[in-house]
Amino acid sequence: MTEPLLRIERLTRRFGGVLAADTITLDIAREEVHAVIGPNGAGKTTLIGLVAGEIAPQEGSVRFDGGDITRLPAHRRSRLGLARSFQITSLFRDFTALDNVALAVQAHRDHSFRFWRDARNEDELRKPALEALARVGLAERAGVRVERLSHGEHRQLEIAMALATQPRLLLLDEPMAGMGPEESAQMVRLLQGLKGRMTILLIEHDMEAVFALADRLTVLVYGRIIASGPPEAIRADAAVREAYLGEQGSGKGGARHG
Amino acid sequence: MSGSFDPSLEAAPGYSFTARTAFTVALLAVLALLPAYAAWSGNAFVLTLFTRVLILALGAVSLNLIMGYGGMVSFGHAAYLGVGGYAVGILAREGVDSGFVQWPAAIAAAALYALVVGALSLRTRGVYFIMITLAFAQMIYYVAIGLDRYGGDDGLTIYRRSQFGGLLDLNNKTVFYYLCFAFLLGGIYLVARIVNSRFGLVIRGTRSNERRMHAIGFATFRYKLVCFVIAGALCGLAGALLANHTNFISPALMHWTRSGDLIVMVVLGGLGSLFGPLIGAAVFLLLEEGLSRLTEYPDLILGPLLLLVAIYAHGGIEGLLKRRSRD
Repeated sequence: MTEPLLRIERLTRRFGGVLAADTITLDIAREEVHAVIGPNGAGKTTLIGLVAGEIAPQEGSVRFDGGDITRLPAHRRSRLGLARSFQITSLFRDFTALDNVALAVQAHRDHSFRFWRDARNEDELRKPALEALARVGLAERAGVRVERLSHGEHRQLEIAMALATQPRLLLLDEPMAGMGPEESAQMVRLLQGLKGRMTILLIEHDMEAVFALADRLTVLVYGRIIASGPPEAIRADAAVREAYLGEQGSGKGGARHG
Repeated sequence: MSGSFDPSLEAAPGYSFTARTAFTVALLAVLALLPAYAAWSGNAFVLTLFTRVLILALGAVSLNLIMGYGGMVSFGHAAYLGVGGYAVGILAREGVDSGFVQWPAAIAAAALYALVVGALSLRTRGVYFIMITLAFAQMIYYVAIGLDRYGGDDGLTIYRRSQFGGLLDLNNKTVFYYLCFAFLLGGIYLVARIVNSRFGLVIRGTRSNERRMHAIGFATFRYKLVCFVIAGALCGLAGALLANHTNFISPALMHWTRSGDLIVMVVLGGLGSLFGPLIGAAVFLLLEEGLSRLTEYPDLILGPLLLLVAIYAHGGIEGLLKRRSRD
């Protein structure tokens, strides 16, 4: 049996008295799309932070592709093939879309102690960056500065930057956050196109998107996993319905699928 | 198209002729012709004043590299002027007056000092970074006061300017002026290359969003440190020029108010713009000079002026020109 790409064991992180991650144990198999759902404040973004290396756990371990990465800083993890997107758009605002992605490409090309040549004329960086932009449908907007892009375009750019590093594991923190139905549908199509090419850990509130994409689902409540399994099983799980899907019954999302 | 006023592209060749370029070109022309004017009018003081402008502009260019492009607000930048100046002064006092030794020594000493300061201070951010760089500058200020052999509090007169084996006579005011001008232009060109290189984009990306830089795989600390050292070296050169200009070094060279002046020049001229530091240094020093003739308290006018820039003109004078040329 092949080892899962990501193996999280008894991962724990407290912020003051709050347990944001409570002995989380989770395997992500190669090339699966694994969605993590849960109410606000369940610790989903903390989980991404722990896996990406931005937050240090107090207990537990993270293994990536067989190696222990628990103590590795974020930039080293990125170089191993972990890429994340941010829930709250986190871009280089005074750069163009292409500059943003090219910088991500550059990060994975040996070192950047090159002081003389204009990096904006380097095909080695611009071409892969343009390809990543094209992949998310932003090729036309390559020369536009980030602050002039729309919210939906920011979200697409988030994905393009993550893709540009050619990750093996993509950590997506609510890629559809703040998007309208049409933009969301477009994003779902984009992510479906990535399915099978890389492993994806997806955090998302949009249940329609989650059920359209995920091979497996994990439900997080107050930092704890209360259920994990294929979508049908999660949908049928009584505890989940009570803790999460049911709770949103009156609102959007859950009830339609529940 | 909409991206055409990207400041990140300002070093690109062939950008259109705007108010900003016109102003920059005019300023450079004035600076280039100044010695001729000084000779014609017999006004040697104007040459001395503008030599000072050029030298401190080089210091401001160096500060702008880390502060304007890298977001590292160093409140101890005058220390590098001091280290460079003292390297020249100490060597001169010990009988080594070759510029080929003095100036590389000034640059190396400032770079080394920057390496130490940077290695410790760049682990902190924001206000703490500002305070630590200030603390280091204060420390070295008091070290200079303690150097009895080199004049201590009173400073040290340099009796002979750096010698360049007959190649250059720094006692010739015009030669010295053009040398400073060349170094300034060289410094600006160097910064222009750096900020558009791979290294420069890392520095600017780090200013913009360091967390994202880590997430996409950059170990930002080492890049910031190298940038800090480059800036220190450049400012060390300015210090060597300044020591030659005044024929004198003293701890006052690195007083914290001098660090403040450098910050003011950079902010006044426009953070993160190539010629901003030169414009800022010129405006600041000329205002200071002019106002000190009118009043005993030039700061009373300079202070509010700076407030206005800080509140209303974030891009500094450069930014104002840019805005005008956008219309």
